[in-house]
Amino acid sequence: MKHKSILLMAGALALGAQGVVAQDLTVTSFGGAYGAAQKEHMIDPYVAETGTNILFEDYGGGVAEMKAQSESGNIQWDVVDIEVIDLERACSEGYVAVIDHSILPDGDDGTPAAEDFIPAALHECGVGNIVWSIIFAHADGAYPEGGPTTIEDFFDIEAFPGKRGLRKRPQVNMEWALMADGVAPEDVYAALETEEGQARAFAKLDTIKDDIVWYDSWSQAPVLLNDGGAQMVQSANGRIFAAIKEEDAPFTMVWDSHVYDLDVWAVMEGTEKVDAALDFIKFSTRTVPLSGMQDVAYGPTRKSAQALLPEDVKQDLPTAHLEEGLKADGIFWADYGESLGEKFNEWLLQ
Amino acid sequence: MRGFPEYFTFWHIAGHYALRFTAYLVLAFLILPILVIIPLSFNAEPFFTFTQGMLALDPDAYSLRWYNEIITDQKWTLAIRNSFIIGIAAAFLATVLGTIAAVGLASPWMPFKRLITALLLSPMIVPLIIIAAGMFFFYTSFGLVGTFPGLIIAHAALGVPFVIITVTATLAGFDRSLFSAGISLGASPVKVFWDVVIPLIRPGVISGGLFAFVTSFDEVVLVLFLAGPEQRTIPRQMFSGLREQINPTILAVATLLVFLSVALLVTLEVLRRRSERLRGAE
Amino acid sequence: MSDTTAGTLGGKPDRLGKQDARNAAREVRARRVRAFLFVMPLLIFIMFAFVAPIASMLFRSAYNPTVAELVPASLEALADWDGEGSPPEAAQAQFALDMKRLANDRTSGQLAEEINRFLPGTSSVVKSTARELRRTDDAELSANGAALLLEADEEWGDPGIWRALRKAGQTYTSSYYLTALDLEMTRDGTIQQRDTQIYLKLYGKTLWMALIITLLTLILGYPLAFHMAHCSTSRANFLMVFVLLPFWTSLLVRTTSWIALLQTNGVVNSTLISLGVTDDPLELLYTQFSTIIAMTHILLPFMVLPLYSVMRGIDPSYMRAAMSMGSRPIPAFLRIYLPMSLPGLSAGALLVFIISVGYYITPALVGGTDGQMISNIIAFHMQQSNNWELAAALGSLLLVLIIALYWLYDRFVGAGNIKLG
Repeated sequence: MKHKSILLMAGALALGAQGVVAQDLTVTSFGGAYGAAQKEHMIDPYVAETGTNILFEDYGGGVAEMKAQSESGNIQWDVVDIEVIDLERACSEGYVAVIDHSILPDGDDGTPAAEDFIPAALHECGVGNIVWSIIFAHADGAYPEGGPTTIEDFFDIEAFPGKRGLRKRPQVNMEWALMADGVAPEDVYAALETEEGQARAFAKLDTIKDDIVWYDSWSQAPVLLNDGGAQMVQSANGRIFAAIKEEDAPFTMVWDSHVYDLDVWAVMEGTEKVDAALDFIKFSTRTVPLSGMQDVAYGPTRKSAQALLPEDVKQDLPTAHLEEGLKADGIFWADYGESLGEKFNEWLLQ
Repeated sequence: MRGFPEYFTFWHIAGHYALRFTAYLVLAFLILPILVIIPLSFNAEPFFTFTQGMLALDPDAYSLRWYNEIITDQKWTLAIRNSFIIGIAAAFLATVLGTIAAVGLASPWMPFKRLITALLLSPMIVPLIIIAAGMFFFYTSFGLVGTFPGLIIAHAALGVPFVIITVTATLAGFDRSLFSAGISLGASPVKVFWDVVIPLIRPGVISGGLFAFVTSFDEVVLVLFLAGPEQRTIPRQMFSGLREQINPTILAVATLLVFLSVALLVTLEVLRRRSERLRGAE
Repeated sequence: MSDTTAGTLGGKPDRLGKQDARNAAREVRARRVRAFLFVMPLLIFIMFAFVAPIASMLFRSAYNPTVAELVPASLEALADWDGEGSPPEAAQAQFALDMKRLANDRTSGQLAEEINRFLPGTSSVVKSTARELRRTDDAELSANGAALLLEADEEWGDPGIWRALRKAGQTYTSSYYLTALDLEMTRDGTIQQRDTQIYLKLYGKTLWMALIITLLTLILGYPLAFHMAHCSTSRANFLMVFVLLPFWTSLLVRTTSWIALLQTNGVVNSTLISLGVTDDPLELLYTQFSTIIAMTHILLPFMVLPLYSVMRGIDPSYMRAAMSMGSRPIPAFLRIYLPMSLPGLSAGALLVFIISVGYYITPALVGGTDGQMISNIIAFHMQQSNNWELAAALGSLLLVLIIALYWLYDRFVGAGNIKLG
């Protein structure tokens, strides 16, 4: 008995030391409804076709985790889904690798990749995956008299009382604060480059600071609205869309002053599995997998995939609302993400 | 009134009952929060709250879907396997090293005993965040971050104090003349250690090992810093679940863990009684 | 020992005494060595697995070679600069060349981040300049470096940013400790308080929360332990199950419970609403309140167990004697029972306090913004802002605090006397 249990433990020790069956590829994305769509249209078909074992991880976004892996030299991810708002920084700081776009296959209709992808989708360090947008939504029950319709309303505690859920980072929150304070969308980033503009944004955020509920990950946004943790939330449009479509959630989306962006697939710099990573990206950015992202109301980055979408879906995509929105500026955030991040955290602790 | 001394006034007696009432309130505070998650884990809806149907005891409002989720979700099955592999290996390492060391520490001849004991027990006291940060820096240079051996070593270090404490406690009742007797009968020290000492302190060794296992099994801070995606454990999976997407799968896992701790508690109690019997027999 | 010398009896007594003493000394040494050999494997293991990592964290808090490794030539060129006015043209040109190299190696971000720590707001200057200079010709940069820098960003005309660069280039520095204490060094080398006080306030808040949690566990734990110590053994053993079950239940499980209880539509709020206590759900979760209550719940067994084991050993006849002689219960309790239970009380209180000061998981999950403690900011600097040196400095200060408390504990309670279950 005694010897048996010792054998058992020694066995476990040996097994542990060896490491359990190595996964072939670690792919990291944002989870929730979006992750489910990626799993259905990209991961599962790829696994079925190639037999590659994929560990599909979630993260909350931002560059911090990539940076920690890169600076300590413990590269644990292979492929990562990044918002372009963070990509420029990840790329210029060397956390993700430069990708040769000539490896990408033609569209299903025969258009060469270079023409098939929308220009913004072919970034030095990434291949576009979706066009999406950051909007806000409110719970219908919270405002029976009629809910907020503009970004000014989002910052108007008097007219629209209640908690506001925001993702805990300066990105987009600073832009919204300035737009709500009357800065024209085209002047937002120029203003944010100045001390005065930054102070103005923080001052505007101060007006609702006591009513903000901060969250860390996009998947929390619909949960907050659902559980009553917040009456309005900032969210990726697809999450709210999915909650309304799949679970009949009583939410309303507001497109005013939305900030639209792309997500790309990128390869971690320093991973040993570059070839497998690129192979996955080639597969998952083909026409059909991209068109599958319509499940969560995200637009495809290939024109050939756009053509596959039914007409009634198109009105829910960010592309139908571009004139109300602001394009997220990755270069600005590459330069200012660090210092504004620090100021933002000091502001939070005040 | 039963059993109160005659000098007790009304206020004495009222105080006595008030005290008893307070004690039961505190016990309720300790136990109810743990019990409340058990019915919630059978929720048919993806929420953390009791639905109307659940309160009305409608059978349709209850389901096993979240338990099913644990079995079918690759992340949870991987986490469960990892937790056991790391926990057992770390407990084994800590128990072997800790037991041998405890025998040395129990010797009256041990030099620097107080200092060394304090050092060996300190992993229990130093905040995990400090240990985690230090290990992240140090283990990186040995390529141990994101590997199973790294986590096993880290968790074994955390488990060592518990083994030392429990084994030292059993050794305190251990008659050292048995050791000399064995030697004088011609046995080698190793044989005496194995055949005489170990059987006597075995309850302490096993409960120390269990403590070390539970410490590893429940640990999440070091895992957050040292584990890669392939070493996710149950607590790590629960942590990210609570941070990112609250759904009742976590409650189902939590319920299973509550039953696991009941089982551990019973095992420890049996061990304690056996140890008392052994010592009583001496 | 005596039997080894028994056979040589009959020689000269004084020589024998010496021989005897030598043998005895050798025997003692052998036993000491043997005892130590038992402990050695574990000691080596703990040194590697635990002590060395902590030492490396202490080292890290004062050692940061990043900038010195990124731009050694620029730092050398700046070495002779007096810190006033613009640095020499040659140094600026060298720096412009370095910037181009960093931009192409994609390491300019690291430099930007390091300089930013010494002069907040400058990371954007460094990054945008690196982007500008990326495609400029080397010859052009060596000839015209200063002008090109100024063209890319006028900040380069300010000596402040150059001083920050030189400071960031120091391999050994105390500046992270200064930051961790909300201090900064001025140009003339005097140390002054920073404008915004963050970390000292957080240390204060952490100690304050730990104190409140300790008091709460004491208030709740004392009557429970008292009651358990004064009922029959079988009943006490039964009640003990209710203390030990939470103790053995996973920390994550207990934190999960509190989330389920305290969330907006959670059990507590729905009960309060159905009882008519309140109309709108109270905001309970993600506050300092939820951190304190969840931690009190989690740490309560650490208070009850030592209190109970001490109280169990107090002879009830003392109290009975005092009261039968007419002492009123409260004075009798205060003057007789309380002092006798003090060892358990101090053991429990110190243990709870030490554990709460370094707590991370529960505040991270239920604390929201104002329930964060010092461990959380250390984790933040490790994982989010990636300022590992500052995290190490904050961690080192926390370690000093904990060691002081541990020393107190060891002195009053004895580290070896920790009881489990």
